[in-house]
Amino acid sequence: MIRFQGTGKTFRGRDGTAVEALRDISLEVAAGEFVAIVGASGCGKSTLLRLAAGLAATSTGEVTLDGARVTAPRAETAMVFQAATLLPWADVLRNVTFPLRLMGRVAPDTEAKARALLATAGLAGFETKLPRELSGGMQQRVAICRALLQDPRLLLMDEPFGALDALTREEMSLELLRLWEARRMAVLFVTHSIPEAVLLADRVVVMSPRPGRIVDVVEVGLPRPRSFDQEGSDEFQRCARRIREHIFGQRADRAA
Amino acid sequence: MARFLAALPAWIAVIGLFAAWEGAVRFFGIREFLLPAPSVIWTATVAVWPMVLEHAWATLVTVLLGFAASVLVSLPLAMLIASSRAISAAIYPLLVVTQSIPKVALAPILIVALGANELPRIIVTFLVAFFPLVVASVAGLLATPPELVELGRACRAGRIQELLRIRLPFAVPFVFGGLKVAAALSVVGAVVAEFVGADAGLGYLIQTSMAFFRTPLAYSAVVILALMGIVLFQAVSLAERIFFPWSSGSEHSAPPAA
Repeated sequence: MIRFQGTGKTFRGRDGTAVEALRDISLEVAAGEFVAIVGASGCGKSTLLRLAAGLAATSTGEVTLDGARVTAPRAETAMVFQAATLLPWADVLRNVTFPLRLMGRVAPDTEAKARALLATAGLAGFETKLPRELSGGMQQRVAICRALLQDPRLLLMDEPFGALDALTREEMSLELLRLWEARRMAVLFVTHSIPEAVLLADRVVVMSPRPGRIVDVVEVGLPRPRSFDQEGSDEFQRCARRIREHIFGQRADRAA
Repeated sequence: MARFLAALPAWIAVIGLFAAWEGAVRFFGIREFLLPAPSVIWTATVAVWPMVLEHAWATLVTVLLGFAASVLVSLPLAMLIASSRAISAAIYPLLVVTQSIPKVALAPILIVALGANELPRIIVTFLVAFFPLVVASVAGLLATPPELVELGRACRAGRIQELLRIRLPFAVPFVFGGLKVAAALSVVGAVVAEFVGADAGLGYLIQTSMAFFRTPLAYSAVVILALMGIVLFQAVSLAERIFFPWSSGSEHSAPPAA
């Protein structure tokens, strides 16, 4: 459904020097597919998402969504950022419904849907709480609910669990999978964590930095529903090792 | 009860100060026109309280109208400045110029130009009070986290929507910080204007009292002005707590002074 074709992005720095963030990215994500993107810092992962979201324009090549060029943010995509980016003045319920209210897409059942979604995310009873009264994990859950309420066909997630502690992170990954299984939209999930990428994704895209390029696409052959029990399986280890080798190159070999 | 206990040390300090003042004046026999004792100020005020009240009322009207004018001008101006770099570049230097002019110097000119009525006093009050409010509001509008702005853009919000639904609410704690300063400065502005051209008001009362060495009444006016500033400040804080409860606890608002 979303397709990058020879996509490149070059930023012009303040001093006039050009910084090539992405070069010749070609990637297609099918409807309902979960694709994770891993790579070291500075490999343009976030830029890739911003291009997909229509928040930035491509320098070369193109990004298409169902065949139409993405030039501006679209209603079928929703984005989850690394920080929860909740509105400090609005309670949980109004935060979740904010995008729909902003876009004038509020339906009579919007509030009921939002409440149901919050309940599935374990946030029942928190509807009238302010963001500052919630823990980091809960805030990010609200942000995910906010994205899901838009009923997106493409969900873009930019290191959504990056700011959370390790335990909350694992819990949230499983919760995300549960929510995703129920509605099966296409997901483009940027992460720094290799185990997280393997656990969640159908395919893991490995990127290398400066300029950001795709070096490998790893198919994860683990059955769904996934759980952390699979972490010990040969397939999980195979995928993780292959990704690690790409990212750390020779260093990983020497350490092993 | 907890709030009362928290305020207790402040009350003890204030009462102690007045007691020391009273004691010192009596002990050293300081003459009334130099430094009147609090009890003397009190009796002098009570003796002519309808007149004092009338002056206080005149000042309060100027303060409130000047404060209202500064709010009505500052907020749209701040939005204009925050919305465009070009507008900001054009307006900001002008604002700084208005701030560099001593308002006391401007007051007599305005009174000649606009006549000896309420208007020049309101304008002086406004000129003293509006600048910090503009600066604080612009700071708030521009302090909106880029992620929040990005969220708005991802939801296809236009620039007006971004300003009204994301930047403006985000700026509320900053605006209230500015409002508190503006409230206190409005009292200053009104008195400055009354010094120069007025036939009523506490500033006028101070001048006429001192002309006849009726020092206790001048002190009384000063105390009433201080109270007026405190009440206005607290009123702004109260409005923030009632209408924007999410804002009042945040770190952006100025700490309460009283």
